[in-house]
Amino acid sequence: MISLENVSKAYGARLALQPATIGFSRGRTTVLIGPSGCGKSTLLRMIVGLVRPDTGRVVVGGETLTAANLERVRHAAGYMIQDGGLFPHLTARDNVTLLARHLRKSAAFIDERVRELSTLAGIPADALTRYPQQLSGGQRQRVGLMRALMLDPPLLLLDEPLGALDPVTRYELQNELKSIFARLAKTVVMVTHDMGEAAYFADELVLMREGRVVQRGALDDFTERPADAYVGDFMRAQRAPTVQIP
Amino acid sequence: MRPHVLLLLILVPALASGQTIDVGSKRFTESYILGEILTQTLQEAGEARVTHQQGLGNTAIVFAALKAGSIDLYAEYTGTIAFELLNRKAPADLPSLERELAGHGLGVAIPLGFSNTYAIAMPEKRAAELGIVRISDLARHPGLRFGLSQEFLNRKDGWRALKAAYGLSHDVRGLDHGLAYEALAAQQVDVIDVYSTDAKITRYSVRQLEDDRAFFPPYEALVFHRLDFPRRYPRSWAALSTLEGRIDARTMARMNAEVELSGRSFSDVARGFVGSARAAGTPAATPEASSFLGVLFGPDLWRLTLEHLGLVLASLVPAIVIGVPLGTWAAHSPRASHWIMAIVGLVQTVPALALLAFLITLMGTIGAAPAVVALFVYALLPIVRNTASGIMDLPLPLRESAQALGLPRRARLVRIELPLASRSIVAGAKTSAVIGVGTATIAAFIGAGGYGERIVAGLAVNDTAMLLAGAIPAAALALIVQWGFDALERLVVPAGLRLPQES
Repeated sequence: MISLENVSKAYGARLALQPATIGFSRGRTTVLIGPSGCGKSTLLRMIVGLVRPDTGRVVVGGETLTAANLERVRHAAGYMIQDGGLFPHLTARDNVTLLARHLRKSAAFIDERVRELSTLAGIPADALTRYPQQLSGGQRQRVGLMRALMLDPPLLLLDEPLGALDPVTRYELQNELKSIFARLAKTVVMVTHDMGEAAYFADELVLMREGRVVQRGALDDFTERPADAYVGDFMRAQRAPTVQIP
Repeated sequence: MRPHVLLLLILVPALASGQTIDVGSKRFTESYILGEILTQTLQEAGEARVTHQQGLGNTAIVFAALKAGSIDLYAEYTGTIAFELLNRKAPADLPSLERELAGHGLGVAIPLGFSNTYAIAMPEKRAAELGIVRISDLARHPGLRFGLSQEFLNRKDGWRALKAAYGLSHDVRGLDHGLAYEALAAQQVDVIDVYSTDAKITRYSVRQLEDDRAFFPPYEALVFHRLDFPRRYPRSWAALSTLEGRIDARTMARMNAEVELSGRSFSDVARGFVGSARAAGTPAATPEASSFLGVLFGPDLWRLTLEHLGLVLASLVPAIVIGVPLGTWAAHSPRASHWIMAIVGLVQTVPALALLAFLITLMGTIGAAPAVVALFVYALLPIVRNTASGIMDLPLPLRESAQALGLPRRARLVRIELPLASRSIVAGAKTSAVIGVGTATIAAFIGAGGYGERIVAGLAVNDTAMLLAGAIPAAALALIVQWGFDALERLVVPAGLRLPQES
């Protein structure tokens, strides 16, 4: 579904991402994890062209990402960030329907889709008429999810999607998101720094450090066959209270 | 018709028509006095209400006012018309001036009887001793010491040309014109250049030498008027015609002296000349020491307000139309931003009067057009900078969310970036508008109207009430404009950005 081939990125003298080749397969949830500055967000943002790689290429759905097909690829990818990334000047509904309206989808299509998604994301109709600032953190995140899913894209990219939430709301949303992913069979790439959350969502984990992929595999591989001493340290530091969720 | 003339006509409809005769004058004593004489003569005719717009500005400004119909007539000099207004190289006789001016809808008539030109003068006594009557006589006395004004020394048609025309070879010193008569009296110099109607000619006994080779072009005073004036106001015109040939150079010099040396008022001196039993009830042409409130709420308040607002709006709207795209460009291109900000910032540092002077030269006109351009230039910076910073200060997550959504550049700009930056953009436009209201007062210096007219007039005749009657409405207008933008903000800034901030 997605492959990044020999991509790298430097900001000035700092190498944010060492040359790496990595693929993500259809219908699976892959979680990129690592300490801040490890390059996991850079990698995710490359997929939708928010970061242009210095070397290599990005292939999405068989097409190499170029300026010409960038918008089309973006339409096929739902992107959601911490706190939803909602536009404060638009109501929740206008945020959700912005792209569909721009693409001149029919009003009937839009209404139908908003109804489906508000049920899926658990957003009551009256909340959709409010502005982001008038919503709770959890509601903003749910509206952000609705926006990402509006055109039913095959691909979902989530950058610290639950990072801004209080623990209870976060727990609740983790459960809901997981069931939504399972139901929709999307290709999901998620970035988090929380090992518990990663373990909960991931079909496959990718651990990064200092712009480099350290280990990739299932959770068991990480606990039982750490690639190096750092992986062991990372697992020990993260595991204690949160890994009990599943 | 030039754009600024059109603008003036739109802004000043009350003056373009109606039963008021407007007399203009330039900003020097003789012009004020002649303006008063014309005004009082017209008032005596009793055909229409007459106002005297005293000291409107320099030649170019009063001429523009005449062309635009803001005034109906004023006293001008043939040489000025030929050289400065018609750009001729050589002096012209009255018929050929008339022919050329008719094309502009203007006319010249009623020579008043004197010529205000450069002349060469000597103390009467010394001239008599040496037997000098004509300029050509000077060549026989190479020992005479000349004291000439800097202007005369440096003009192309000044000393160098005179010297060549008369074959003179005297020593020459530069001398301030204000001190020339005193230097002559103190026998520091023997020969000076004068204006033929100088006030001081009457006080110091000097002889003006005859220009026997007709070197100095004639600057005959006459009435410069709109061509349709005699037809519209036949009785007024008949009254004016009685002035023909009535003022000789000596009379004019004496009247100048009464104002400059004896401190009498312009209207007083003019009244003495017109010497009439004018009905006591006729209102004075211009209130000279009127009450502050009287001036403040004078009949011109509405016109000045419209002109002032017109200047601000005519400059602000293009500044927004051009400034917002420029700011947007700057926000998206660091390299363009570098140049845009440098240029827009640089023009801001040019002093207003210097900028106006430059624009007058560049555009070849005075009045509203260069004023609007200058105000436009000053209005750009706040708008460009606030637009650019409003867009650049958008939080990165929002910017990236818009990109990741797959909206094309233009849609991102229109649907996301500009609405989110709208508060900053409106604030920039508000700053520009308020500054514009203040700066527009300077436009009166080049005849563009507005409240500045009162400020300039107040400065020219040292009338504090008049000055305040211009400054206070300008300040009030600035406040009103500010409130107007506060209201506009509610229309332009999206509701979602105006919610009370939760703590």
